[in-house]
Formats: sequence, structure tokens, C-alpha cells
Amino acid sequence: MTATIDSPRSGRNSSGKNSSGRNSSGKIAPQYRRTGGSRGNFEMLAWLFMRLSGVVLVVLIFGHLFVNLMVGEGIHAIDFGFVAGKWADPFWQVWDLAMLWLAMLHGTNGVRTIINDYAEKDSTRLWLKIVLYAATTVIIVLGTLVIFTFNPCPVVDGVPLPGGFCPAA
Amino acid sequence: MPTKPAGTLYRGREGMWSWVGHRITGVVIFFFLLVHVLDTSLVRVSPEAYTAVIGTYKNPLMALGETGLVAAIVFHAFNGLRIIAVDFWKKGAKYQRQMLWVVLALWIVTLAAFAIRHLSLAFGGH
Repeated sequence: MTATIDSPRSGRNSSGKNSSGRNSSGKIAPQYRRTGGSRGNFEMLAWLFMRLSGVVLVVLIFGHLFVNLMVGEGIHAIDFGFVAGKWADPFWQVWDLAMLWLAMLHGTNGVRTIINDYAEKDSTRLWLKIVLYAATTVIIVLGTLVIFTFNPCPVVDGVPLPGGFCPAA
Repeated sequence: MPTKPAGTLYRGREGMWSWVGHRITGVVIFFFLLVHVLDTSLVRVSPEAYTAVIGTYKNPLMALGETGLVAAIVFHAFNGLRIIAVDFWKKGAKYQRQMLWVVLALWIVTLAAFAIRHLSLAFGGH
């Protein structure tokens, strides 16, 4: 008798029966399926999000550092008027909003991964993640509200602050 | 006695240490980000509150801290692009070690340029 030995992942064993978890129509049997569980594709989407947001964040954050610290007087120029001047322009509002959301979600998912890696007790993981998600929510909501409700031309004690971007008083 | 695993991508040497560096810099950047959103939010409280708090960023000791933070950001950025290349480029896994040395070279050049400009502004007086 000659036995044919198939290659390990050919989907057939020597008895001719299917051993790869695929049924006769080639579909993956439910117990071997990696997607479609209760968590769906969440982990794959999180993995993909880290790469996509990472590329965008390199551009956004390098631009942020260059404009705020490298140009002109650098850090000496940063005060209320500097921020007001930037956020009087929708371009920088959108830039900073994208940076806030992408960086917070990217960082939160990174810390989530670290918690999953190192916290062994179920309850420890749960509580660390509750604290993490609470902090993330507060920071994203706060930052978004500040960018959109900010008034770059406030009147302090009846005196409007100077700013070339403000309407003449 | 078990033999040492050979040829694994992430155990020991460049693969593992870049991973360690990526984690540590990531956590540092995340905690700075929380603080940075809070300090920037002071523009909504009052111009004086913002300018007073942001003034604490302007002393020379903080300039060193800022340079350290930018060092972490630049490493995380360049090594992140390397990770993307490992995942998506056909030859990424094969050249992951060489790419780490490229990352480190670009990191030193970028950081030197930043440090020269930022520290001369910060220490140069005003």
C-alpha cells in the first residue's frame, strides 16, 4: 500500500478527510473563524487605525512643532495672542481638531494594548480601562469644546485685547 | 537545556529593543498629551491664566524637558513608519534591522536640528 502524505496545510489528512477546519465547500468552519465573533473585526480595525492615524499624525505633529517652536521667535512667541491668532483661522482649527482626535485615539489604543499585555487580573484590566476611557472622553470633549467655543478677541475690563485678526473696536 | 530560539523577528536585539523604545516613548507622549490639552484649555479661562501657565514652559530647565519630549516624539514617529514598512512592504521584515539603523540616523539628525534651534532660542535670552 502506498500512503500519500499531503503537505501540512493542504486541507486533507492521510485518511482523505478534511482536517483544516474547512468543510467540503471550502468555507471555514465556525469554530476556526477569526472574524464574525462577538468582537467582530475590532482588533483588526484597531491595528489598521494605528497605522493610518500614525502616518497622518507624523505630518500633523511635525507641522505643529515646526510652526510653534522653530519659526520666528519660537517658544518666546507663545502666549494668549499666539493661540488666538491661530484659532481665528479655520485652517488651524481643523488642523488642531484632527490632531486632538487622532492623537488621543491613537494614544488610548496604545495604552489599551499595554494594559491588556501587563495587567493579568480581569478586574485590574477592567478598572484600568475604565479610568483610561474616562480620561480620554474628558480630554477629547474638553479640547473639542475649547477649539470651537474659543473667542479670539475677548474684551478684558472693557478693553479689547490687541490682535490684527480682530475687528477694530 | 532548551536551545536559544534563532531568527525570530522580535526576540532580542534590534527588533525587541525598538519595540521597548516604542512602548516607552508612546506612554511618555500620551501623558504629555493629557497635560498639554489641559494647559491649552486655559485659553478658555482667561488670557492671563493661559499666559501665566505657558510661561512656565519658557524657562531653560523646561527647554531641556521639551527637547526630551521631542526626542521621544521623533523616535516614535520614525520607528512607527518603520513598523508600517515591516507590515506592508513585501521586504519589510527582511530589512527591519537595517531600517532601524536608518530610523536612528534620521532621529539623530532631526533631533540635532531641533535642539540647536530650540535651545539657542530658550537659552539665548529674549
